Amino acid sequence: MGRTLKKELGQRGTGRKSRKQEEPQPIANDASERPLHRVKKSLGGKIRQRIAKRKSGLKEVLKKKKKTGVIGGSDGGESNEDDQDTISHEGVTAGDSNGGDDGQDKDDEDAKSTPAAIFSTEDAGLSTDSEMADEFPSSNDEDSDSDSVELAVEKKSKKLDKLKARDEKLAEDEMKETASAPETIYELPTAEQVAEASHDLQTVHQRIQEVIHVLANFTKLRQPGRQRKEYISVLQKDLMLYYGYCEFMVTKLLELFPLTELLEFLEASEVHRPVTIRTNTLKTRRRDLAQALIARGVNLDPIGKWSKVGLVVYDSQVPIGATPEYLGGHYILQGASSMLPVMAMAPQDGERVLDMSAAPGGKTTYLAALMKNTGVLVANDVNKDRLKAVVGNIHRLGVRNTIVCSYDGRKFPSVMTGFDRVLLDAPCSGTGVISKDPSVKTNKNEKDIQRCSHLQKELILAAIDCLDATSRTGGYLVYSTCSILVEENEWVVDYALKMRHVKVVPTGLEFGVEGFTKYREKRFHPSVSLTRRFYPHTNNMDGFFVAKLKKFSNKLPAGIAEEPPAANVNESVRQSGESSESEENME
Amino acid sequence: MRPLTEEEVKKVFEKLAKYIGENVKLLVDRPDGSYCFRLHKDRVYYVSEELMKKASNVQRKNLLSLGSCVGKFTKSGKFHLLITALDYLAPYAKYKMWLKPNAEQTFLYGNHVLKSGLSRVTENVPQYQGVVIYSMSDMPLGFGVAAKTTQECRHADPSTIVALRQADIGEYLRTEDTLT
Repeated sequence: MGRTLKKELGQRGTGRKSRKQEEPQPIANDASERPLHRVKKSLGGKIRQRIAKRKSGLKEVLKKKKKTGVIGGSDGGESNEDDQDTISHEGVTAGDSNGGDDGQDKDDEDAKSTPAAIFSTEDAGLSTDSEMADEFPSSNDEDSDSDSVELAVEKKSKKLDKLKARDEKLAEDEMKETASAPETIYELPTAEQVAEASHDLQTVHQRIQEVIHVLANFTKLRQPGRQRKEYISVLQKDLMLYYGYCEFMVTKLLELFPLTELLEFLEASEVHRPVTIRTNTLKTRRRDLAQALIARGVNLDPIGKWSKVGLVVYDSQVPIGATPEYLGGHYILQGASSMLPVMAMAPQDGERVLDMSAAPGGKTTYLAALMKNTGVLVANDVNKDRLKAVVGNIHRLGVRNTIVCSYDGRKFPSVMTGFDRVLLDAPCSGTGVISKDPSVKTNKNEKDIQRCSHLQKELILAAIDCLDATSRTGGYLVYSTCSILVEENEWVVDYALKMRHVKVVPTGLEFGVEGFTKYREKRFHPSVSLTRRFYPHTNNMDGFFVAKLKKFSNKLPAGIAEEPPAANVNESVRQSGESSESEENME
Repeated sequence: MRPLTEEEVKKVFEKLAKYIGENVKLLVDRPDGSYCFRLHKDRVYYVSEELMKKASNVQRKNLLSLGSCVGKFTKSGKFHLLITALDYLAPYAKYKMWLKPNAEQTFLYGNHVLKSGLSRVTENVPQYQGVVIYSMSDMPLGFGVAAKTTQECRHADPSTIVALRQADIGEYLRTEDTLT
């Protein structure tokens, strides 16, 4: 800066800082009075002159320009503005300044509409400062004589606005073009090509997406000459490769789900469901338990509106299966979907309840908690080793009203009957819990499913025979599986409807998908729609099926033998030829 | 399943009385129904009469458990209380001990109670008397035998054992198989 004598501020002469700064003015809330950045309240002399000039010459210019129709473009923006003078003035001056820029925009086909767009953006941009525009030297100075003295900032911002508007216009046009233009047809490789090609997961995944996209809009997007089943076979092979399923499973899933849902299901089956626990109401309340666990460093939340005892655990500093509260029997680790059949069952105090496939005891202890330790609860399972877990859980949770025994469920009617409620959580193929046991993807085939289905049919008949239709409070059977296949779910319920005097009643669960009443060539009783299905991708719990049946007569329907007959005979008589044919094929 | 013989009844009640004293009769004469003890495969079960009648339909080799197991008889005829009896001992316990929070974990792992872990104890506990052990939040953790009387506990140094562990709830994880 050099050595200048330090004169007092205010005495140095003209210059930016020669004037002493004013006292800070209180800023009004009203937008119109609030000054912009770097705007001085009092304007310099030159600026004032220009404003006066502008106002006087305004109306003449206005009339002149209207004939050329340039202002017409700005009419659209006028509706936004109250102050007509300002807007048209803006329009006019913008038109002039734009005239210079037009040379650059000549490549743009829509140059004519561009000024209009720019008008509106500019107007919108400046409309808020309509009143300021009068005082402020606007860059749209139409004075051709004097150089347009814009603030550098304003000039730049106008340029940016123009560019932005131009880009937006281009993007819009491009979108319109691509939407109307015919899409490139996806070329489907043949099955042999798929087998030969490299197994790069990325390309496989992409191919899956493409094929599903084509199949969704088959008539338009198909490759002419290719059959639908070719697409499906390629899709099958890709799904088998990408997700690791065997062919049988993929076929079954393709039959069950529409294509988009299929992908969601497969993705959801790769990931674990959140850990959930159930409060043991015999020993504590959910609120107290939550407090105690949070104090130990567990991050949890109530599971949802549908349950008063469930908690979902997000993460935990201590092992959730080994806290003193767990050992004290205040809660038990239980999947969310496993709580559903017990909720559907709703046992009352003092009833006689049977749990036919009780191991490992989560549902049994929930039943006992709902019964408040009254009545008689019989927990049965065919596997003695797994029953030890039931005994452990019963004692840990303080359940007192239970008998634990080990029988084959199909023979249970010879041991004890006359129950008010029976819960049958049947052994199944486990296609709903693939996330817990990925081996299900590969080790299931037609025979396994049939075996499961056959066993379930026998079990459900035995369970119905254990019920007492004349019981005051019940005669209810809840049948549930952790499978999503129709052969193990709706088909078994339909079979029970034909073989015994039972009817399907609403489960009382508000969410979940209704059971199918028709599936491929099978047709089920319409009341089967009262059953409920749950999926991992829609409910974020394991795949599950729940059905509630009520027995209304202890007698057997006419024409049905007393003893459960050899299953083959029964099947071929009752069901479609499908099962008997395949059984013949096996033999 | 059979009812207990006189001798067996004596042994069981003696053991129970160590922990709950005369309250034993409260276990038998209950207002909400009569309960009884039954023996099945060397284990003693405490069941209500109604439950017991239902269970008599089940064959011996298929029955695993009925009601609550309170203990088992060893081969030489001695009776041992199991952790599963805790729910019946805890409400009627005469002598109690409370553990500090850091001592909870070691007790649940199966160790005895040291003086340093002891936070509170009921007055006038005779030596070798049965005590029920609680956590600070009044949750029963198990039961044991007092190794020292209350007075001795006060003057003992921190590393002495004040209670010998008989059973704790950690057994539900450590020794699940022995429950039946």
